[in-house]
Amino acid sequence: MRPFTYQRAATPAEAAAAARTSGARFIAGGTNLLDLMKQQVETPSHLVDVNHLGLDRIEPTSEGGLRIGALVRNTDLAADQRVRRDYGVLSRALLAGASSQLRNKATTGGNLLQRTRCPYFYDTSMPCNKRKPGSGCAAIGGFSRNLAIMGVSEACIATHPSDMAVAMRTLDAVVETIDPAGATRSIPIAEFHRLPGNTPQLETNLKVGELITAVVLPKPLGGKHLYRKVRDRSSYAFANVSVAAVVADGIQRLAFGGLAHQPWRVERAERETRPEAIAEAVLAGARTTKQNAYKLRLTQRTLTSVLQEARA
Amino acid sequence: MSNPSGTKPFTITRRDLVVSGAVTVAVGSGSAHAQTSEPKAKVSRASQPTMPVELIANGTPHRLTLDPRVTLLDAMREHLNLTGSKKGCDHGQCGACTMIVNGRRINSCLTLAVMHDGDKVTTIEGLGSPEDLHPMQAAFVKHDGFQCGFCTPGQICSSVAMLGEIRDGIPSHVTRDLMAVNYSDEEVRERMSGNICRCAAYPNIIAAIREVHEGNT
Ligand SMILES: Cc1cc2nc3c(=O)[nH]c(=O)nc-3n(C[C@H](O)[C@H](O)[C@H](O)COP(=O)(O)OP(=O)(O)OC[C@H]3O[C@@H](n4cnc5c(N)ncnc54)[C@H](O)[C@@H]3O)c2cc1C
Ligand code: SF4
Ligand code: FES
Ligand code: FES
Repeated sequence: MRPFTYQRAATPAEAAAAARTSGARFIAGGTNLLDLMKQQVETPSHLVDVNHLGLDRIEPTSEGGLRIGALVRNTDLAADQRVRRDYGVLSRALLAGASSQLRNKATTGGNLLQRTRCPYFYDTSMPCNKRKPGSGCAAIGGFSRNLAIMGVSEACIATHPSDMAVAMRTLDAVVETIDPAGATRSIPIAEFHRLPGNTPQLETNLKVGELITAVVLPKPLGGKHLYRKVRDRSSYAFANVSVAAVVADGIQRLAFGGLAHQPWRVERAERETRPEAIAEAVLAGARTTKQNAYKLRLTQRTLTSVLQEARA
Repeated sequence: MSNPSGTKPFTITRRDLVVSGAVTVAVGSGSAHAQTSEPKAKVSRASQPTMPVELIANGTPHRLTLDPRVTLLDAMREHLNLTGSKKGCDHGQCGACTMIVNGRRINSCLTLAVMHDGDKVTTIEGLGSPEDLHPMQAAFVKHDGFQCGFCTPGQICSSVAMLGEIRDGIPSHVTRDLMAVNYSDEEVRERMSGNICRCAAYPNIIAAIREVHEGNT
């Protein structure tokens, strides 16, 4: 790890102000950031500890939804009685990710901002446009079995690895933030993560020093909530493909993990009924490599199975 | 088989281990592994001020002055001489470093010691002693829940906290009805998946945990 200075912030405004410079990073659970710092993929000069900002509560909103503090641990979010009862897809997605030890530390904000698991992003001896803009992409033509097939660019085919974010996409969650000047804003999850384009190093639409304070869930949709994750072993592995589904009277919400640089959702596809037709709309414009073309059929089959269960 | 992140092969892991063993060699080399290599009486480094931190390690408060890069795992092993917790991968992928912090199991390799000022940290040494084994330690011995033993301190800390999580009604990936959490071998297998055992003592680990669970109920 490169040397850094460490500061414990007391309020969200103080934390955001302290992270004004580009060498600063917030540290929450640390489960992704420290991993990357050990590899020198991340080399912050200053760490702002955000664990003591009082952002660790889940509270009802006046609209009948829930406001989840950015520092709520993944374990606590998945276990919250209201989340289990009304937002089962979110509990299920969280529980399908990482291990109990990691979920005990990992936070809502950190989970949204975890970085890709593309093997070349982690390997500082290889070209990677995300780690070092302009250096090239070792994954295109390299080991790409687990990388993206939707929304990819010539510069990057990485996926966003979060399970939690995929469930939040079906729920139309909203991310709340505060910036170093103290201004707050709300960003719909659909506009939060970016596609790689020519700037794969920019993964979200957050500005430098902007702190996530909460994620707001609109009022419950009811219906059946499912999260199906297909992976290389049955636990403690990232998704090859995952499907989040909320199916209620007149509602069919579907989002996909393992396909893109953001949770993948195509609202137009949700008007279709037949699984094949939905999959066709979701996967329109796919660009695969030899190694990850299997994701097309895997997505369609996983979706078919999920819909069968949801509609039963 | 791919490891959890699908990224780092285990060979790197072994190198990390060797480096952490050879503490003094790496001092001041500015190597990638400097975080494992800052002994107490270290060469002072102007760019890297140290910080005070208090850890309640197995019930005993300790005041330390640490480089902020030191992980909780290294603080306990290198600075407090509590070497029961092991460093398998140093990347959250194996669970050998599992400790119980303020009642919760975590991977101590992926957290900084300075972030734990005032925290209560329990390691295998704090659960029991050779003369007075914790019931989980006794059950692991009885059921041969290990071969080489490298993963065992992490497995035992993890399983003690895991039974608490089931008692608290925290659901898991295999819980069918999210509102009804019950003990089963299937639940234990899923909940212990963050602890890898290269010797594959898994069936015996499950048997040991089952015995402690049945003794508790
Ligand atoms: C072995 C392993 C397996 C895993 N498996 C899975 C899996 O299957 N599925 C899955 O989804 N995840 C998985 N993960 C990833 C895990 O979910 C993330 O590491 C975790 O959610 C990150 O949260 P954190 O609080 O620890 O973030 P940190 O590491 O503290 O931070 C991550 C990033 O977010 C920024 N940040 C943190 N909080 C805020 C905030 N409030 N505002 C602005 N920026 C912030 C930090 O600056 C940093 O850049 C795995 C991780 C490991 C190590
Ligand atoms: S896919 Fe993206 S993250 Fe992976 S090597 Fe290419 S540019 Fe880097
Ligand atoms: S040493 Fe492997 S998880 Fe911490
Ligand atoms: S007993 Fe050898 S790794 Fe588990």
